[in-house]
Formats: sequence, structure tokens, C-alpha cells
Amino acid sequence: MTSVRTLLEKPWIWSFVGALVVWLATIAFTGGYGAGGMVTAALSLAVFTVIVGVGQMFVITLGPGNVDLSLPANIGLASAVAMKVMGGSDSMILVGLLAALACGAAIGAINYLLIWALRIPPIIATLSASFIIQSVDISYGRGLQIKPPPGFADFTNWQVLGIPVLAMLTVVFTIGAALALQRMIYGRSVLAIGQNIRAAWLAGVHVGRIRFLTYTLCGALGGIDGALLAGYFRGANVDIGNEYLLASIAVVVIGGTSVAGGKANVPGVWGAGLFLVLLLTMLNTFGVSAGVRLVLTGLIIVGVITAAGGEKAVR
Amino acid sequence: MTAITPGTLPKSSPRGSAARARMLRGLLPALSLALVLIAIAWLNPRAISYFGFNLMLNLAIPIALATIAQMYVIAGNELDLSIGTFVGFVGCVTATWLRDAPLIGILVLIGSIGVYALLGALIHLRNLPSIVVTLGMSFVWQGLAILVLPKPGGKAPDWLLSIMSFKPPYIPFPILAALLIAAVVHFGLMRTSYGVILRGSGGNAAALRRAGWSLLRTKVVLFALTGLFGVLSGMALIGITTSADANIGNGYTLLSIAGVILGGGEFVGGRVSPIGAVLGALTLALAASPLLTFMHIPPDWQVAANGAILIIVLAARVLISRRER
Repeated sequence: MTSVRTLLEKPWIWSFVGALVVWLATIAFTGGYGAGGMVTAALSLAVFTVIVGVGQMFVITLGPGNVDLSLPANIGLASAVAMKVMGGSDSMILVGLLAALACGAAIGAINYLLIWALRIPPIIATLSASFIIQSVDISYGRGLQIKPPPGFADFTNWQVLGIPVLAMLTVVFTIGAALALQRMIYGRSVLAIGQNIRAAWLAGVHVGRIRFLTYTLCGALGGIDGALLAGYFRGANVDIGNEYLLASIAVVVIGGTSVAGGKANVPGVWGAGLFLVLLLTMLNTFGVSAGVRLVLTGLIIVGVITAAGGEKAVR
Repeated sequence: MTAITPGTLPKSSPRGSAARARMLRGLLPALSLALVLIAIAWLNPRAISYFGFNLMLNLAIPIALATIAQMYVIAGNELDLSIGTFVGFVGCVTATWLRDAPLIGILVLIGSIGVYALLGALIHLRNLPSIVVTLGMSFVWQGLAILVLPKPGGKAPDWLLSIMSFKPPYIPFPILAALLIAAVVHFGLMRTSYGVILRGSGGNAAALRRAGWSLLRTKVVLFALTGLFGVLSGMALIGITTSADANIGNGYTLLSIAGVILGGGEFVGGRVSPIGAVLGALTLALAASPLLTFMHIPPDWQVAANGAILIIVLAARVLISRRER
């Protein structure tokens, strides 16, 4: 019993409970039909949200006001870069992935440069940067109709026993992120800065370097995500990342990470990612119209955040 | 912000230059607007005329109203990521119910202001992050807008059309409206005693609570005011475009935040400026398309030019406020 209680006290458990409830509701509606396929589909779609969600989580953990609004533009540009570099040939897959990674990391670095040099709030800095990236993408990716190399497209859709391989790799990646957060100096520094930036500085944390690393990391993850999305959906697209602005912030917060910073939660990102994808599947299965689906999605997000509750004011 | 009371104006030179820097900073929104105007006048002198301004500032009124709406939540250290879809929702209601069944239309719009007030209460009572709550609400408003008006269309009520196409002598209507909005909001927020309390809730909430003011009430009032100006913005928008579309306001979320910041507002501390916000909105409205069209910037790069303008203005502000310290 005590183990159940300690489990219930974890902030991330609720996102998984939510995902489970939504899944059960859907298979109850379909009479058990498609239960397994739904999990497979949810896993393969949640991967993309989880990858950017982890990046966004590190940024948000840096403290109030830290958020990366340039992710959608970043994903869009990186998807175009990856497809162009790969050029449809299997031998260039690795180079294309590296190019997307470098493109994303450069965007992240520029974001931090704007924040640091101009002392602009991160929201406005990443927003202005996203305007510019978007234009670059429109101009660079105009009429781009390169299909991903067959090997890459197959890899992003590869399943073993109904479990997408990409999802397994992402689980490994998230375990790594959790270790980095809790066991490495880098992660502990991010948490310390989020709790009190001045105290962290006085304690000898390299505040500037850690924030730079975090924004670059978030940008790099956006870049990788763009390449994978282009592989999964078989083609790059300016709008491919649009939904990940709201989704990346939503999974972080629903997953139990504090918006006030200093408290991060990696497993919750997975739970919340699955929850959001399954929620969409459920509403589609119920056959509701687009308007009702949006209203319900919004109300459920507000409901979940109200139920999970904010923390007691620290400041 | 930048309230320089004559009595405290320092005489010594280092502090004097700080005060000058602070005044310069207060003037920055006006300077950036002037800069954009000069650029337009230089590129196309004919645009600086009664008809030119009417045309160029066509959409400035709804943008200014949305910016003021955003300014109220920012004054209370919150952020509204749903104002764009809310403006769209109001637009859809205006183009359908407000024309066909005015009573229901009015009730729905008042009800939506009530929803904003309730959100303020919810955010305060449960201590929720406003970014996430309004993010969720942005889906709700968008969904409702699609339900009200599934296909683009509808028509603005005639009285609204005639208000928005009003042509006063000498001064173009958008400029007159901007002056009126700035004056009314400035008086309400900067010159009344409850306005001070509202800004104080963002500046030092703990001090206000100890002085016996209800923080719940300030948050509810701020959110209700955001809802009210969101409604005005949506109605003004439909009065200009004459018909609606569920996505018509989506760009306003980011535009309104940028307008507040361009106008000298800050995300925390209750430091906002209604006059600055209106100037910021006008700057954005002008910089968004007329300036770029006259500069022959290809459409691909217009969004980038917007981002660059934001960065340049903010960089100028940092240079000035560095002197302030």
C-alpha cells in the first residue's frame, strides 16, 4: 500500500492516469476494437511532442519568463534543411540529421544571443527570432518537394511488435535527459537557476553558460524533431511545426513541471504527450465536429491544470 | 511608468542624465512611430495625407484595442495567449448574432466578458499559470468561433459599419480613435486611485494585500477589462472588414504582446503605459505592411522585417536603459 501511496504523490502520475482514462473511454466506445493500434499510433505521434517537450521543459525550468516560442519555425526550417541535404538518397541520412541538428542548435544559440545581448525577455526574443526564421524557411523551402530517402522514411515508421522503434529510442533519450537533470552538474545547475538565479550565481553556477547551453539544447532538439517529422510525414513543410508551440508548452505543464521554474519532471512529459494524442484520437473516434473538438481540448487542458493545481506561491 | 514628478527631478549631473535617459525611454515609443512615419514619408510622400492615413491605419483601431486588452493582464503580471482567438470569436458573433438577433448577441458578448472575469478568479484562487490557462482557452474560443460561423461570411451590423466608416474633417478617423482610446485608458489606469491599485497588484502584490486590498478583485477587474477591450477590438475589426472568419484574429495574440512591449511595458512589475501601448500598436500597424510595401520588400521577407523592427526597437531601448542605471 505504501508503494501505491508514494506513487500517487508523484506529480507525473496524473498525466498517465489521464492518458489511461482517455484510452479506456475510447475503447469502451469502439467496443475494444483497435485498442492496440491506438496505442501504437499514440506512441508514434507522441514521440514528436516529447522530444520538443523535453527541450521546452529545460528552458521553462530556467525560471519565470523563460520559454522558447521559436520552436515551430525552427522545426519547419530544420525539416526543409534535412530534406534538402538528404536529397532523397539513403547515404546522406546521417549528414542530413546532423545538418538539421546544427541548424536547430544555431537557432537556439541565436535566441540566447538576443536574450543576453539585448536583454529582451525570452518571450519577445524567441518570438522576433521566429519571425525571421519563418521568413528564411518560406524563402529557402519554396516549392521544396523532396521526398525523404526511403531508408529514412522506413526508419521513422519502423515498428517491432507494434511498438515504434522511434518511441523506444525516445524512451532511452528521455531516461538520459532525466539523468542529466537529476545527476549531472548541468541539470542541477538548471534547477538551481530556476529556483533562484541570484543564489545560483553566488554559489558559483555559470549562469550565462548554462542558459546558453539550455537554449541551444532546446533548439537542437527542435531541429532533430523537424527532420524526424519530415521523415514520418514524408516531406518537409513550412507549417509542419505549427502545432508544437502549444503542444510543447502544454506537455511540460500538464506533466507536472513548474512554470515558475526550478522544478522539472521528465516522465510527466511522456504521460502528457500520450494524453494529448489519445485525447485527440478519442474526440475523432467520437466523431465530433472540429469546433466541438477544439472546445473540448481547451476545456480539458484548463480542467487538468485546475485539478493538478498551481503550487503555493514561492515569491 | 516613467512618471517624472517635478519635485524629485535631481540636480546633480549623473542623476540628471539618468532622469534624461528615463525621459528618453518614455519617448521611445513615440520616436519609433515617428521613425516609421518619416521612412514612409520619404519613400512615398503621397501616403502622408488624409486618405493615405485612412488607408494605412485601416486596421490600427482593432490592433490598438487588442493591445490595450493585453496591457491590462500584463499590468497584473499575467499574459493572455488567447486574445487573438477571442477577437476572432467576438468577430464571428458580431457578424452573425449581433446583426440577426441583437439581444442574444449582446448577451453573448457580455457573457464572454464574464468568462474572462471568471478566468481571472480561477487563476488567482488556484494560483495557476495564466500562460497555460489562456493557452487552453485559445482552443475554446477558436472552437466556439468555428461553431458560430463554420464558413467565412456573415455581415457586420449597419450601425457598426457606419461608425467605422465615419470620416471626420481634417483628422483621419483612425488617428482620432487612437487618441480617444489612449486618453480614456490613460485616465482610467494612470490617473484614478483604483488604477494605481490595479497596477500595484503587478508591482507589489504582497504590499497591497497587507494594506487590505483584495487581490482577487484586482485580478478579476484586470481580466474583465481585457475581455471588454477584446470585445471592442473584435467589433471594430468586423466594422472594417464587414464580414468575419473564425481565424480572423489569430495574429492578434503575438501582435498585442509585441505592441505592449514596444510601447514601453514590461512583463513584470505592473509597469505598463496605455499611451505607449497605443503608439506601439500604431507602429506595428504601419510597419506591418505599408512601410514594407513601400520599401519593395518581397512578401517572403515581410515577416522577417517585422521581427527585425521589433529587435531594433528593443535594442534601442536597452541602450537607453543602460544609461538609466
